[in-house]
Amino acid sequence: MAKELLKGNVAIAEAAVRAGCEAYFGYPITPQTELLEHMSKRMPELGRVFLQAESEVAAVNMVYGAASAGVRVMTSSSSPGISLMQEGFSYIAGSEVPAVVVDVMRGGPGLGNIQPSQADYNQVVKQAGHGDFHPIVLAPSTIQESIDMMVLSFDLAEKYRTLVFMVLDGAIGQMMEPAELPPMREMNEKRPSWALTGQSKRRLNGRLPDKNVVTSIHLGGDELNAFNEKLQAKLAQITANEVRYEESYIEDAEIIVVAFGTAGRVAGTAVKNLRQANVPVGLFRPITLWPFPEKRLAHLAERAKAFLVVEMNAGQMLHDVREAVGCQAPVEFLGRMGGLLPFTNDIEKEVQTIWRRSEVLALHQQN
Amino acid sequence: MVMLAPNQQQTEKLIYERPHSLEEVYTHYCPGCTHGIAHRLIAEVIDELDIQERTILVAPVGCAVFAYNYFAFDSAEAAHGRAPAMATGIKRVNPDSIVFTYQGDGDLASIGIAEAIHAASRGEQLTVIFINNAIYGMTGGQMAPTSLLGQVTTSSPTGRDAQATGQPMRIAEMMAGLPGVVYSVRRSLHDARHVIQAKQAIKTAFEAQMQGLGFSIVELLSSCPTNWGMSPADAVHWVRDEMIPVYPLGDYKVAEALQNKRGRN
Ligand SMILES: Cc1ncc(C[n+]2csc(CCOP(=O)(O)OP(=O)(O)O)c2C)c(N)n1
Ligand code: SF4
Ligand SMILES: [Mg+2]
Repeated sequence: MAKELLKGNVAIAEAAVRAGCEAYFGYPITPQTELLEHMSKRMPELGRVFLQAESEVAAVNMVYGAASAGVRVMTSSSSPGISLMQEGFSYIAGSEVPAVVVDVMRGGPGLGNIQPSQADYNQVVKQAGHGDFHPIVLAPSTIQESIDMMVLSFDLAEKYRTLVFMVLDGAIGQMMEPAELPPMREMNEKRPSWALTGQSKRRLNGRLPDKNVVTSIHLGGDELNAFNEKLQAKLAQITANEVRYEESYIEDAEIIVVAFGTAGRVAGTAVKNLRQANVPVGLFRPITLWPFPEKRLAHLAERAKAFLVVEMNAGQMLHDVREAVGCQAPVEFLGRMGGLLPFTNDIEKEVQTIWRRSEVLALHQQN
Repeated sequence: MVMLAPNQQQTEKLIYERPHSLEEVYTHYCPGCTHGIAHRLIAEVIDELDIQERTILVAPVGCAVFAYNYFAFDSAEAAHGRAPAMATGIKRVNPDSIVFTYQGDGDLASIGIAEAIHAASRGEQLTVIFINNAIYGMTGGQMAPTSLLGQVTTSSPTGRDAQATGQPMRIAEMMAGLPGVVYSVRRSLHDARHVIQAKQAIKTAFEAQMQGLGFSIVELLSSCPTNWGMSPADAVHWVRDEMIPVYPLGDYKVAEALQNKRGRN
């Protein structure tokens, strides 16, 4: 299939359709709305389910219902809507049904604004609802990567019976660039054995099967403890298998810029420019924000002199980088809030400052 | 009466048995609580309509949180008040199943009123069994939007005051005003005659869904002897004497396609 000029939100919606999404429930919010609008057209065309819910609270619970019935289901929203959905995310995690969420992040707190932001890092990666769980969180930085990860999101959700987030900022959602859509997948009509379908749908050789129950309640302390142990074991398995990141100029880098999503893309340009000026800098771009590529970062910290974390927030991923790096190297931060993108020359200036400082430090240490 | 020899016992006529749609387990409901009666009526109706194998329950948060342990068919346990949204998700992807929610008055009339109204307004093919016991049973007897004026609860210690907390909400009447609703009635579980009438209404509500007519809701006035601080007998008398005057029993909406069923009430 050839590349076409696509708008981020529309490309993502179409990728979800082609990945076999059978039901979509959502509520309008900028800068995500084109995704919902595209779904409102495409899903009924294909005889699939689209419903504009009365609120994000309802939308996430409709997703919970359809997920319990074992179909590929998703919602999309932006930061204030994600806050409203948190209760539902926790129930979805607590009953281990697969579901996919796209968060096109905008500036906060409160109504904030509708410009690009990464300020949902904590509310998605750290605490997507009450209780001990983490969704898998994918953070693409281009439209092409978003398309590819939309397909991956459904596969991971089903593989692990888990909640998968794809987080973008408004910049990716709103911009246009050439990208290639995946082919239309065959729909998988078969429901998983645990799904709520009504017992008759699961009859085997005329025998009525046991009823299926989807619930997140475990009233006994031991029982809930056992469930949580099982959930944690699954999260550990995901951590072992699913860490993803991208590196450039990393082999001989003495300074490593760490950034995800659009900030990662801007930082990539800054790193390229700095390399032309012979500054030994590299880029580390986490693609999974959970599980976080902490092992790889810890390894890189063994020889890097310093790290610079660039985010479109006040420093949220920063803490994960600091934890991974430990006391092996200083971790600096450059952030912009208010729905503003970082500028390449700000990043370059910051790296130059850190570089000069580490050079001076090295001289001192030699003397 | 002639005594039957053991080998003749098969000639005995079975007149009362556990509905297939009920599990053979004890419930956790308090003695005298009418939640149990409501469960039995639903199970009998589902058996009679022969829809057990395609029925899916969405249980609430409230005293009926474990309803899925008592019914013998596929079930989900929703977040507090969100059952109609969860049920919408289930039904939309399983259009030939029969999906119902079972919700208390805190669950439906308070925290989940938006989900209930919008599911009704969309005319979702769902059935709602709404247990109005004028109180939050599960959390120990706090005021509900359906508590009566003057009713003493653990969060209205001097009695519910209309100035501060408004009037009891009449859900069956409210739902009747929504175009998507095809059946909205109120019944009571306080004595045998009313229990039989309640069962007929539950049956009609499920039939409405089976015919694809739209959203159906049966409000059942129910007792909570524990949190009302009454004996089971006094509690059903309180339903009769105090609740029914505020919550008149009746049919608030019956779609034309269901009208012929009314004669059976
Ligand atoms: C979000 C949330 N808020 C509050 C609660 C606590 N809670 C559990 S049940 C309940 C009230 C239930 O009352 P009702 O729906 O009338 O059911 P009943 O127990 O009377 O049958 C409340 C407030 C909860 N579980 N979740
Ligand atoms: S607390 Fe009230 S509503 Fe709950 S089981 Fe006991 S009597 Fe029934
Ligand atoms: Mg109640």
